[in-house]
Amino acid sequence: MKIAVCVKQVPDAEARLRIRGDGAWIEEEGVTFVLNETDTYAVEEALQIAERTGGEVIAFCLGPERAREAVRKVLALGAARAVFLSEPALLGGDALATGRALAAAIRAEGVDLVLTGSASTDLGFAATGSVIAGELGWPHAWLVVGVELAEDRKSVRVTREMESGMNESSRIALPAVLQVQGGINQPRYASLKGIMAAKRKEIRDVAAGDLGIDPSRLGRAGSRLETVSVALPVSGREVEWIEGDAAAVAAALVTKLEQEAKVLR
Amino acid sequence: MSGQIWAVVQQKDGRLQRAGRETVAAAQALARELGTTAVAVVLGDGVAGAGSELAGMALAGVRVVEHSRLGAYTPGGYLAALAPLIRAGAPAYVLFAHTYQTVDYLPRLAQELDAGLLPEALGFQKVDGELRWTRPVLGGKLHAQVRTVGEGPVLVSLQSGAFPADAVQAGSAPVEQVAAALDGVDLQREVLGIESAAEGTVDLTKAEVIVGVGRGIGGQEKLGPVEELTRLLGAELAASRPVVDSGWLPRERQVGSSGQTVAPKLYLALGISGAIQHLVGMKGSGMVIAVNKDASAPIFKIATYGVVGDLHEVVPALNQALQQRAAG
Ligand SMILES: Cc1cc2nc3c(=O)[nH]c(=O)nc-3n(C[C@H](O)[C@H](O)[C@H](O)COP(=O)(O)OP(=O)(O)OC[C@H]3O[C@@H](n4cnc5c(N)ncnc54)[C@H](O)[C@@H]3O)c2cc1C
Ligand SMILES: Nc1ncnc2c1ncn2[C@@H]1O[C@H](COP(=O)(O)O)[C@@H](O)[C@H]1O
Repeated sequence: MKIAVCVKQVPDAEARLRIRGDGAWIEEEGVTFVLNETDTYAVEEALQIAERTGGEVIAFCLGPERAREAVRKVLALGAARAVFLSEPALLGGDALATGRALAAAIRAEGVDLVLTGSASTDLGFAATGSVIAGELGWPHAWLVVGVELAEDRKSVRVTREMESGMNESSRIALPAVLQVQGGINQPRYASLKGIMAAKRKEIRDVAAGDLGIDPSRLGRAGSRLETVSVALPVSGREVEWIEGDAAAVAAALVTKLEQEAKVLR
Repeated sequence: MSGQIWAVVQQKDGRLQRAGRETVAAAQALARELGTTAVAVVLGDGVAGAGSELAGMALAGVRVVEHSRLGAYTPGGYLAALAPLIRAGAPAYVLFAHTYQTVDYLPRLAQELDAGLLPEALGFQKVDGELRWTRPVLGGKLHAQVRTVGEGPVLVSLQSGAFPADAVQAGSAPVEQVAAALDGVDLQREVLGIESAAEGTVDLTKAEVIVGVGRGIGGQEKLGPVEELTRLLGAELAASRPVVDSGWLPRERQVGSSGQTVAPKLYLALGISGAIQHLVGMKGSGMVIAVNKDASAPIFKIATYGVVGDLHEVVPALNQALQQRAAG
């Protein structure tokens, strides 16, 4: 099977965030960027299905030039090639605009299955995969924690996470878009051989003009959402800080546990 | 007067739940802010009860969509039921609860309607006469102020708890039955069954003390001191999602929107950043003590006591202090 996997590059969870001068986003200088967490699971799932079916994985990424690094990582993990959309006119979109662009690029490749992550850790729309499905006119499933391909490869049995620790299983016709949740598999690490091989793999740059979509429907221009500013959240209550070296902190905590929480016997 | 505000109210077994009432409360508040009226929509199979609950709220109308094919949720069924209704009513905003069910179909509904999509709103306010929405970004470390642009309705999903359910204003609303043309519609999914996600059955909800570990623990091999602390406190060990996804602890110990919801007397959060999906599972705890090396971690926004530091130093020190106390 020919499988598309959509990957986004996002700030590392541990990154110290500073707000940019214009207040509208973070200062990217000095931030480490990584492959979006659930996308690593989507990549692994795509590779496993491709290995089982004798197919190939094509990575799709929309993002600024720095995101080429994330694309290389997916190639090092085993994707056959990649499609990269980095033109400024394509950036800054909401889920609808970004999904529209990715879907057009995917359509041009003619794949049998699309995998995405369940949510990006920066914008967190949890929507881009569904938008891709809608654009392609395919069924989709969000929060997928299990994929079982039918013998005839015409459908998949999908396990979806529900709230409160339950899973739903359902059958979905192929081609489809599956939005993969963390924990579905154990993602592999890139081998040295994989990293070397990635250097020779094709990253095809696709421009906005290649997509056959009205430019006013792409990127920031095609977005229905506009971020005015970002700020630290305001909290309802003030935390009381406990300071000092580890021993002092421990002593203070024991007092709280004993006298306030009353959980020590 | 701008277009109406609609609330699409999620129900379960024909009854409204807290999330549904929160959606109505938000729609009422937004309608007041914009000088318009609010309408509630409920859909499913056997939802007359939910319809009459809504009839007792201050709304301009209640639309009830009943169909046997809406019994189990499917994206195809929900799209076919909602899209024509919203298209005909042309509301300015349609509000939903940001539940797993909503997230699954809302983007497709937005596409179908050529509507805007604003996921996971925390609130709204008027700034210079213009409506601004707040939504979390970067795992809740920052909040973004967002405005909507362009033509046509905007579909907004509201984060759980953002609008308290008890703010719903009572009143009396006319109920209208709306027919849905679902025969022959492609439901896009054949639901086969529902089962428990975890293999085991640890019940964390009964624990008085819970020690929760997050990705900050740094690996399964580093869990020893935390397990020791759990023993010393007579506590249950719990985990955030990445700890479980990485296979460091079993799924049955996950706390959060996909795991268990707990409310112990004490929750000790070690190396947990405090993403909303974790917070919804433990914010009802009596006392929260958070240890995190990042002072700006969102967990500190709900913590009673905060320690900015390395859990690998704090936990052994705490173990020692507890042992000393026990010894004499
Ligand atoms: C649909 C959906 C459902 C989800 N369901 C759940 C759920 O049920 N439960 C859940 O927990 N999450 C869930 N998540 C994931 C959630 O969004 C977060 O990604 C997750 O909660 C983060 O876990 P964490 O805090 O352990 O990791 P991180 O966010 O990576 O935070 C690790 C923290 O550890 C700190 N740290 C690092 N090293 C140390 C040290 N040595 N000492 C002290 N502190 C340290 C860091 O400063 C950081 O704050 C869900 C996500 C989605 C999209
Ligand atoms: N710019 C992008 N490039 C490639 N894939 C993306 C992009 N944005 C989102 N995705 C995919 O869609 C998923 C959900 O993202 P989001 O809708 O932003 O939460 C991600 O996990 C990716 O798989």
